[in-house]
Amino acid sequence: MHSKQEHKLKVFWLQGLTCNGNAHSFLNLDYLGELLEKTEFLQHPLLPSKYALSEMAECKTGCDVLIFEGAYDPSLKRAGVFVDKILRHYAKNAKYIIAVGTCASFGGIFKATSPQTNSGILFNEAEKNGPLQEYNAKIINLSGCPVHPEWLGFTLNMIIDRRKIVLDEEHRPQELYSSLVHHGCTRNEYFEWKVDANHFGEKEGCLFYKQGCRAPMTHGSCNTILWNGVNSKTRSGTPCFGCTESDFPRTNLFETKTNMSIPADAPVGVPKRAYLTVTGIAKTFHIKRLEEPLIDYKNNT
Amino acid sequence: MARTTKEERKNGIISAALELFSENGFYITTIPDIAKKVGMSVGNFYNYFSSKDILAKELIMYISEYLGKNIRAINESDISTQEKIEKIVSMYFDTAKERPEMIEYFLRVYLSNREVFKDGCEGMICVSPFITEMMIFFEKGVASGELHDQDFFSAFGLFMGYLGGMVFLYGEKILPEPLDDYKQSISENIYNALKTRT
Repeated sequence: MHSKQEHKLKVFWLQGLTCNGNAHSFLNLDYLGELLEKTEFLQHPLLPSKYALSEMAECKTGCDVLIFEGAYDPSLKRAGVFVDKILRHYAKNAKYIIAVGTCASFGGIFKATSPQTNSGILFNEAEKNGPLQEYNAKIINLSGCPVHPEWLGFTLNMIIDRRKIVLDEEHRPQELYSSLVHHGCTRNEYFEWKVDANHFGEKEGCLFYKQGCRAPMTHGSCNTILWNGVNSKTRSGTPCFGCTESDFPRTNLFETKTNMSIPADAPVGVPKRAYLTVTGIAKTFHIKRLEEPLIDYKNNT
Repeated sequence: MARTTKEERKNGIISAALELFSENGFYITTIPDIAKKVGMSVGNFYNYFSSKDILAKELIMYISEYLGKNIRAINESDISTQEKIEKIVSMYFDTAKERPEMIEYFLRVYLSNREVFKDGCEGMICVSPFITEMMIFFEKGVASGELHDQDFFSAFGLFMGYLGGMVFLYGEKILPEPLDDYKQSISENIYNALKTRT
């Protein structure tokens, strides 16, 4: 009879070019303790690990799940060994390869600095021509800058439970990325009636027209699976930057690109003509409730 | 002789009402006047439109849809923004010549009797098809790099204010030359005012 220890999922967290953001984000998973009882990190940059990185870099063992964080750079070394070599060795035998964060998924920030050499492991922005093509079938992209800890926790639990993970065209789990960040946004009523927020941090107003919010065209569940269980960018008055998409990072994150005051991009799936018609009509309504502060601090102190 | 359909009768009322409203104004024109012009009883008229105000709103929506449909065809054609401007100017002036009551109604009734349109036609509601197509025209013009980026209404006012002004002068018989003679220079002026600045 096997011991419980032997059934633990063996995970190797390897870093490419990264800011460590995803590794840190993962530490905020509220059920991290329970998850760690079911997994064994052979190596993780922050968590207690069975092996040192230098031991893993010898490429003498294997893992069930290879997690890759950061952009792929063919010239990068870890523990004196090319990351490319380590990545390919563990990718070959792993049951799943998870690209955590937008850099590992699509290239992200580090792709932007060096577009000629850096990419994600399977995708290079929206093009599927990254270095791990031969392992296409077992790669899961968990984009996000950083990845939401719950999204990684969910995916690892699905693997542990041997459940099928349905992916979208960009290899992201549909359970996590089928909806838009717009869904669940507490400002949707302002979006519908075209009442804009004029300053960051306000409780009132839509951030789409003036603040560069990408929530209506960004796939992710930030507003339904809240950060730390309590908040999201849009809820706190910061626009969604579209960090889960392959075109992240865009320039001018706090600006909405417009042509003649008309947003260059319409929400996903909405024809621009129809969108402009609906918008024009919605703007004619002046709903007093939506144009006033939700809380009148000045007269209540 | 084939019986006229309800839709045809409705269109007959719209044409007659447009002519009377644009010639005589909204308040002087009565429902009996309109019914008489289309050759139907006042009672039957109410089967089509339940009030003069409702008719007035239907008319502006009818004009907006007519203009919107024509501009949409121009927007969807594979030509430069400059050529689109020429076609929009041409279409607008042709409408002013062939169906002057449509443009007259817009200028003399819709813009002058706002109180009639305040409930149910607020803002862009009744002119949405037309405004939407102008938005599409401007947005595509900027996206293609042909027009310079600016506030929509600054550009819209320049374009439509100019055309409306010329048709007004034409209607008042002030223009010394036929309206067609102005199409080219007006198109050039609009394009020069809106084009990308280098």
